[in-house]
Amino acid sequence: MSKYLQLRERAQAKWNGLKSSSVPVIYLGTASCGRAAGALDVMEAIKQTLEKHHLEARIITVGCIGPCHLEPIMDIALPGRARVSYGNVTPQKVRTILESYLIKGDPVRKLVLGQLKNGRGEPVEDIPDFFSYPMLQSQIRVVLRNCGVIDPEDIDHYLANDGYLGLMTAFENGPEWVLGEIREAGIRGRGGAGFPTAKKWEICRNQPGKDKYIICNADEGDPGAFMNRSLIEGDPHAVLEGLTIAGFTLGANHGYIYIRAEYPLAVECLRNAIDQMHRYGFLGRNIMGSDFNFEIKIKEGAGAFVCGEETALIASIEGRRGMPRARPPYPATHGLFGKPTVINNTETLGTLPNIVCNGGEWYRQFGTSGNPGTKTFSLVGKVKRTGLIEVPLGMTLRQIIFDVGGGTTKPFKAVQTGGPSGGCLSSEFLDSSVDYESLRSIGSIMGSGGLIVMDEDACVVDVARYFLKFTQKESCGKCVPCRVGTSHLTTMLDRISSGNATLEDLNDLEELSQTVIKGSLCGLGQTAPNPVLTTIRYFRNEYLEHIEQKYCRAGICRGMYEYHIDEKLCTGCMICLKACSSDAISGSRRQPHTIDLAKCIQCRACYLACKFDAIKVTPLHYLGEASLDGNGRGSQVLGEEVPA
Amino acid sequence: MSKAGYADVLSFFKGEAGDVIPILQKVQSEYGYISPESIRQISRFLKISENELYGIASFYAQFRFTKPGKHSIKVCLGTACHVQGGQVICESLERDLGILAGQTTPDGQFDIQRVACLGCCSLAPVIQIDKDIHSKVASIELEETLKKYE
Repeated sequence: MSKYLQLRERAQAKWNGLKSSSVPVIYLGTASCGRAAGALDVMEAIKQTLEKHHLEARIITVGCIGPCHLEPIMDIALPGRARVSYGNVTPQKVRTILESYLIKGDPVRKLVLGQLKNGRGEPVEDIPDFFSYPMLQSQIRVVLRNCGVIDPEDIDHYLANDGYLGLMTAFENGPEWVLGEIREAGIRGRGGAGFPTAKKWEICRNQPGKDKYIICNADEGDPGAFMNRSLIEGDPHAVLEGLTIAGFTLGANHGYIYIRAEYPLAVECLRNAIDQMHRYGFLGRNIMGSDFNFEIKIKEGAGAFVCGEETALIASIEGRRGMPRARPPYPATHGLFGKPTVINNTETLGTLPNIVCNGGEWYRQFGTSGNPGTKTFSLVGKVKRTGLIEVPLGMTLRQIIFDVGGGTTKPFKAVQTGGPSGGCLSSEFLDSSVDYESLRSIGSIMGSGGLIVMDEDACVVDVARYFLKFTQKESCGKCVPCRVGTSHLTTMLDRISSGNATLEDLNDLEELSQTVIKGSLCGLGQTAPNPVLTTIRYFRNEYLEHIEQKYCRAGICRGMYEYHIDEKLCTGCMICLKACSSDAISGSRRQPHTIDLAKCIQCRACYLACKFDAIKVTPLHYLGEASLDGNGRGSQVLGEEVPA
Repeated sequence: MSKAGYADVLSFFKGEAGDVIPILQKVQSEYGYISPESIRQISRFLKISENELYGIASFYAQFRFTKPGKHSIKVCLGTACHVQGGQVICESLERDLGILAGQTTPDGQFDIQRVACLGCCSLAPVIQIDKDIHSKVASIELEETLKKYE
């Protein structure tokens, strides 16, 4: 313990030194999302501006604080003052801000997002708290508490913020006590299925034998989700500490992190963090003077969605094709190399240090009684404020999408929870609570936390087809219902979206879905038809429109439309001409353009590019019968009915 | 790509069963793809049959068996990108370069790959060229973007 206290004291001195720094400190978010938005160019601009004006400042790189739509985010703390945040920073803005704030002391208030008041610095007047920003206001940050605040590459920053205190508390009180706290906290697996973590641990802990394994599942294959990536890039030590606590409690001396190879930056972060743990003595033999030995290995996945399934993941680590096997026996008794193994999701592990530090009862105060705690979600799609959020379980979808996410620009249509295994929910479910049971009761699942919001521009048949194509491609091929079933489901959906289906196809689709659910070996097949079933259940009208009217109200499904240009609206800006890669559009500047239908392949590129709504999408076959939704939709030209 | 090259690459590993995927990853990062020669060499090193090794390699989407272009373009077709028109981007690229996803241009400059998710969903649609991620791409900007890599 004394060694830990020494390390922590030194770390705190370093952390506090940052606050009492005599030069300004500039924090820049450089996680993958920040980089994609241009953070590295911003970094270059910061360095150049500092050099040009002979200014001194320290630059600290941090992870993602959550509102990805504001990336790149830059914070500046003048000596003794709070961190002032700026969003959507460009090299141009950097010059303006630095020249004004660092030289003249004027923070350029119109560019400011807010300030982080939780630091020790004195607040800057007339600037709101960043956490009063609507997206951050109703969030509760337990697992994400350090993301975007500390430098993920510096273990001292983590230590100074109660890092590894959970592990030390665990050492002090013993494994039984830790298990008790986890049980009291009631945390359930954050990978999606929601199995109580304490129960899983008990089974493994009670197995005889010395060789046990703990695996962190960071194979975030769900397209549209990036919670694990963000957490690892923003606070890798939280996950590693959680993994070590889990190892200690289970009596496992070997830990693995199975992470997607598509996340090179996250892998790099983990490597660096593990090195630091070794240097400080948080890994290896007799950790911090205890009698506990622990090693962590990184295993990079190789791009297989099915490897998120426990037994497939184990097969992949063992160097085989990542195919699941029948359970039981469960990995908790027969897992990696045949030994008892626990596999926990990254977020579950990242939460553990907090629970152990503050106690299970503390964690229970968030969420609801059957679903305690907080959950991170990646809120994406057609929502105004996209990004990573953490909210207590039991919040409604409406609160998440409209209060946190700011709603949609065009009218809201659906939200997909749980990725390819989840369901597509219509607006009537906006008031249902987000917890494991409620979502399951309406045909969806919690999943790992992807929330994809869709507006009127999305076609539900197309969405279902997209997910089915995904699961079909990712099906490992071991069991017939999944391998052949998903393939047939895709073919039927292809027929519907190309306008060649009959009503019989719709019935077959539902029936076959049930077969795939009941007959598949693992979770991939058992949940694959969820997007189909939920879209049929909640958007039956749209399926009927595709089948009976050959009409897709979103104008997505090809072969049902003609594209042409409204001469009155076309300004002759030539953008569509450039967007068209099949040379179907012709015209000269300031003259209305025309589309050659023989060349048009209906790729929608011009429709998406046009800023004047001049590209009109007219249904070819729609007969104008108003029987379906009563308002004569479809007899109009599509582009006109889309409100601005 | 001499035999000695493989010996260097393989010298990092002990040759345990769990090494299969890490070795394939290492070989791919060195040579750009898994060639029949790679399969032969790794199979000898690990003492498993070429068939079995190829069976493992072909199971995972990460491994490619054709020579990549000088610059690799990964088009994200995750859900968020799909909703934001990722498919349109992919098709535009295919037409601009005159190849299909999974192929390499005849001059060896570019190849296109479709990937499930790059994890930058809030900046959709995204594409990745070599190590740079380009966010909120529009099909009209693609030509401009590609020019930077020529």
